[in-house]
Amino acid sequence: MAEAATKQTPTQAMIGSLEMPQGGWTEAARKDALSRVQAVGLPQRRDEYWKYTRPDTLVQPTPEAASLRSIEEAALFDSTDRLRIVFVDGVFDADASDELALEGIRIERLAEATSDLHWARDLYGTLETRGQTPVARPLAALNTAFARDGVLIHVTGTPSKPVNIIYRRTSETADAMLHHVVKLDAGTELTVLENGPVAARFNAVLEVEVADTATFHHVRAQGRDHEQRAATHIFTRLGTESTFKSFTLTANGAMTRNDCVIELTGDDATAHVAGACVGDGPDFHHDDTVFITHDAVNCESRQVFKKVLRNGATGVFQGKILVKAGAQKTDGYQISQSLLLDEDSQFLAKPELEIYADDVACSHGSTSGAIDEDALFYLRSRGVPEGPATDLLTLAFLAEAVAEVENEDLREEITGQMAAWLERHAA
Amino acid sequence: MLSIKGLKVKLKDEDKQILKGVDLEIEAGKVHAIMGPNGSGKSTLSYVLSGKDGYEVTGGTAALEGIDLLDMDPEERAAAGLFLAFQYPVEIPGVGNMTFLRTAVNAQRKARGEEEMSAADFLKEVRARAKDLKIDAEMLKRPVNVGFSGGEKKRNEILQMAMLEPKMCILDETDSGLDVDAMKLVADGVNALRTQGRGFLVITHYQRLLDHIKPDVVHIMSDGRIIKTGGPELALEVENNGYTDILAEVA
Repeated sequence: MAEAATKQTPTQAMIGSLEMPQGGWTEAARKDALSRVQAVGLPQRRDEYWKYTRPDTLVQPTPEAASLRSIEEAALFDSTDRLRIVFVDGVFDADASDELALEGIRIERLAEATSDLHWARDLYGTLETRGQTPVARPLAALNTAFARDGVLIHVTGTPSKPVNIIYRRTSETADAMLHHVVKLDAGTELTVLENGPVAARFNAVLEVEVADTATFHHVRAQGRDHEQRAATHIFTRLGTESTFKSFTLTANGAMTRNDCVIELTGDDATAHVAGACVGDGPDFHHDDTVFITHDAVNCESRQVFKKVLRNGATGVFQGKILVKAGAQKTDGYQISQSLLLDEDSQFLAKPELEIYADDVACSHGSTSGAIDEDALFYLRSRGVPEGPATDLLTLAFLAEAVAEVENEDLREEITGQMAAWLERHAA
Repeated sequence: MLSIKGLKVKLKDEDKQILKGVDLEIEAGKVHAIMGPNGSGKSTLSYVLSGKDGYEVTGGTAALEGIDLLDMDPEERAAAGLFLAFQYPVEIPGVGNMTFLRTAVNAQRKARGEEEMSAADFLKEVRARAKDLKIDAEMLKRPVNVGFSGGEKKRNEILQMAMLEPKMCILDETDSGLDVDAMKLVADGVNALRTQGRGFLVITHYQRLLDHIKPDVVHIMSDGRIIKTGGPELALEVENNGYTDILAEVA
């Protein structure tokens, strides 16, 4: 086929530039993943799923260099007691990390998990594969094939503190690829925190299997790093009465594409995914793409995305709720909103519902608006200068997304980080 | 305190003159009331003084304690001591009332080169002032004016006034939407602030509010000008006979 032939070129170039880790229990999954990438090719501009986001810089063999700027800011989650796992330019840093031991979980690195009968063997690449239909996600398959490291967590109890994956960046050209797998046994709970700028380019996959009545919380802050590029995928499958809640804060980044693919397969399960994003400048592009499949009875899903865009920044939201036949009593909610601080910035939204059951409640909404001039004048008339008043209203706008973070301390940390970011912009 | 001379104002986007030469002198410690029919320019006067966008000054001056107001940003006017109690206080979802108050108090202090108020001092102060206005802790926690009743919004305006301690307060139809009890509460709040040195400009349609906040001077405004000035008895005349007689008399 002519189309396949034209697609092979950049795909082959990328594959040719990467080295697949050999041997071990991941080998079969990696080879399968490679054939998936080869079958569909890496994303290109004409792909419908990439209509609003130019994939070029994500698929070229060598990443664009991203300059390092020393940004002094209080590290996030510092006031939270947590188990720290540190990656520098995508490479594990043992000295900076805590000992990988915590009661209630079994935790190890992908690069070191060599046992042939590994628990993750049935999971690694499995949820990613499921997430390839009905829409192909070749960058995730590429990750499964070539990721050199990542964190594997098997949750067998309820650990006393969250696991915090911390990313640091020291190289202008590093191209990082990490693949994390989390498996929660029935009735267990875990919170995973992720923060920091990762690399000039980052390809991440997080697969989360949430068994019956288990609860998974995920809070992520993608670092304030103006030039970094990232394509991240979360794949999760939820059992009966289980809960999955994920929140992502993004500030700047030349190109960020965050895919979240959720499958509700057990009855009475709950999945929430939310994002707050602050974009500044014409080279800022941020894309949230969500696909939620309801395949069980009486499940609830909720998507809340808020973006503040200024100085020519672009924000994208593609959110879909698919309700399969038989998924009765589904409660699906989706809202995406942007606050455009000037006329050069743009927000592109594509909300979708596809419903094959007849007893469901699904709603979606999308808005774009400017700052409320009346509110701005009210604040200024009380003595708050225009800059701080705008920041206050901006934070208020984002607050609805941050409110999705259930833990109050984490919510305050996120809010504090956002406020600090906005203040620095003003300076 | 507040000195307005020959103030002429038109709408920015329309060729429509609203104020056609307003002269007004409010001395320190005095309460002036402005009454007048709808569309006479009362609210425009309050907006222009506080710096709202959408108006263009085509002539005249307005100064607070000798400092020209019209060239300042709204926040500078506030820091200089001007306060406008809004006819329709704005709802701001997502911003807590307390956060808002504290940000405002400290922004003004900072602008004046004063030390910021500590969290503890602020809390103590706001609780005391809120209690006088029967504003409960729950209202302080809620987002600014969101879900407040008409009376609660107006009491919240007076609370802000009490916390910001301005030199010159403009009350734009603060009585609208208030029942008798709420009006009394608001008037008590204003009267408590009516100490020596603080000037008030009360814009109202009705004598009722002026029963509680006794004015020193009453002005009647019509078609962008102050057409008559007198004592409190002028407000009573309006209450009894409407504006028709006064307008006819001046014409």
